[in-house]
Amino acid sequence: MALLSFEKKYRVPGGTLIGRDLFDFWVGPFYVGFFGVSTIFFAALGSIMIFWGAAQQGVWNPWLISIEPPPLEYGLKMAPMNDGGLWQVITLCAIGAFGSWMLRQVEITRKLGMDYHIPFAFSFAIFAYVSLVVIRPVLMGAWAHGFPYGIFSHLDWVSYTGYQYGNFHYNPIHMLAIACFFTTTMLLALHGSLILSAANPEKGEDAKTPDHEDTYFRDFIGYSIGTLGIHRIGLFVALSAGWWSGICIIISGPSWLMPDGESWIEWWDWWPNFFTFASIGG
Amino acid sequence: MAEYHNILTQVQVRGPAEMGLDEKGLVAKERGVEPRFSSILGYVGNAQLGPIHLGMFGTIAFFLGTAWFFLTGIGMLQSVDWSWQALWRDLWWISLDPPGEEYGLGFPPIWEGGLYLIASACLLIAVLSWWIRSYLRANELGMGKHVCWAFAAAIWLFLVIGLFRPVAMGTWSEMVPYGIFPHLDWTNYLSLNHGNLFYNPFHALSIVFLYGSALLFAMHGATILATSRMGGDRELEQIYDRGTASERAALFWRWTMGFNASMEGIHRWAWWFAILCPITGGIGILLTGTVVDDWFSWAVLHGFAVEGGLYNGPS
Repeated sequence: MALLSFEKKYRVPGGTLIGRDLFDFWVGPFYVGFFGVSTIFFAALGSIMIFWGAAQQGVWNPWLISIEPPPLEYGLKMAPMNDGGLWQVITLCAIGAFGSWMLRQVEITRKLGMDYHIPFAFSFAIFAYVSLVVIRPVLMGAWAHGFPYGIFSHLDWVSYTGYQYGNFHYNPIHMLAIACFFTTTMLLALHGSLILSAANPEKGEDAKTPDHEDTYFRDFIGYSIGTLGIHRIGLFVALSAGWWSGICIIISGPSWLMPDGESWIEWWDWWPNFFTFASIGG
Repeated sequence: MAEYHNILTQVQVRGPAEMGLDEKGLVAKERGVEPRFSSILGYVGNAQLGPIHLGMFGTIAFFLGTAWFFLTGIGMLQSVDWSWQALWRDLWWISLDPPGEEYGLGFPPIWEGGLYLIASACLLIAVLSWWIRSYLRANELGMGKHVCWAFAAAIWLFLVIGLFRPVAMGTWSEMVPYGIFPHLDWTNYLSLNHGNLFYNPFHALSIVFLYGSALLFAMHGATILATSRMGGDRELEQIYDRGTASERAALFWRWTMGFNASMEGIHRWAWWFAILCPITGGIGILLTGTVVDDWFSWAVLHGFAVEGGLYNGPS
């Protein structure tokens, strides 16, 4: 049985959003709930669709399986199943599964008397996905602008789409998103390290305390943010990475912002033309 | 339950500054900078700024890091004919550039990459001195050396890009220019010149660990804040003597995804994910242009890419 020694007293009824006690049970370590059922439904249907698409194309190399979005001619309409409709169904399944997963987290949060930070955080990941396959394609008027579902085909999409705008590194919001990704990774390394180095001191030493943590970081960089603050800043920077990733691609493509073929490199032309600079020679 | 978000500290308590532990009675006198308090910092974490233990290696790192910064600025100024206005106007575009290919691993004239090599040497020694500090400060307190090894992983990537790969390629011209857009262009051309870095498996792993780290920190940060009402942020205490915060945090993930870490274990996951990002990235860069010249052709050869690519724009 997959029960931890202290688990029994926490497995109590209640906290569900819908379905009352109908789905209020566990399967092995997993909590089910109404949204567990809907997660399984969407995830299974979407996965079967991907395998069906692979079978239709006769591609079984896992690196090369790719489900393409509909061609441009269908605009924002439903496409025939074998001409991008599959991609549309899979997208719906993915959003259904991610949304269900988030709501299941809400139910588990309520069951354990915790606060809602985890489903709130997960919503940022969902936003980043939806920005790529719904928000931007809708703003550009065709589902064709979504990315193909395949391991290396989606990387080709990233290359292609990046170079559509000259050089995506020049997108200022892309810069911000990358800075957040690098920063959160550095903070995670520092936080993980600090906890491990306090709980696993040198041989013969007593286990260390938060005072040692504060002392180490003040000695090292002159500031220790503290045990609560590091989780606030870590969560904030990680969510910022997801948020700005979504924004940086939404602003690349819609005709009233940065249409296909225009370059982020030239977007920076405002800088040298900015007030006093314009009058300088050379 | 829902009332307790714990996003910002609402009541800040301020006592005398904490000057840090000094169990061996040696370091208190070496700490400098009078501690100050910032209530803006206090909303997020500790309000106290300082003191710091700079020591010999901190001083070396500070001066050489500053030297790198100003040498880069001098190189930028020289590239715009010593015009301060042009420095600001072109700041995003200009850089202190590495030597040309013709100099190989030799030392070029000062304005043709010599200054760049001097600045690079300053940066290298500054970074290594800062690493020594990370070791000495932990040693002083009898703590583990996990910060040092994590920092060493980042230094590995730094050394691959700025030292090991240029030496393997036989020219300093492979080094990264010190400038804002120029270093982004360097990244771009490294990928273009070697057949799209996305097909470099180590680059792929590095990105997985980068995104994985953001995911882990979001999961971990959110879990701790969501259990902070029960004292979830007292991680060390919870590692030594598990309480209800740890139990709920563990059960949340067990019930969600069928697996949970412990209060100590999550920090091991965090540490490995974060350090594997630069470790795998460094391997990927070291192989690029030295062992594998064209990652796309290499991928075609190994069956995970097809000629012409898998995506060529919306059809």
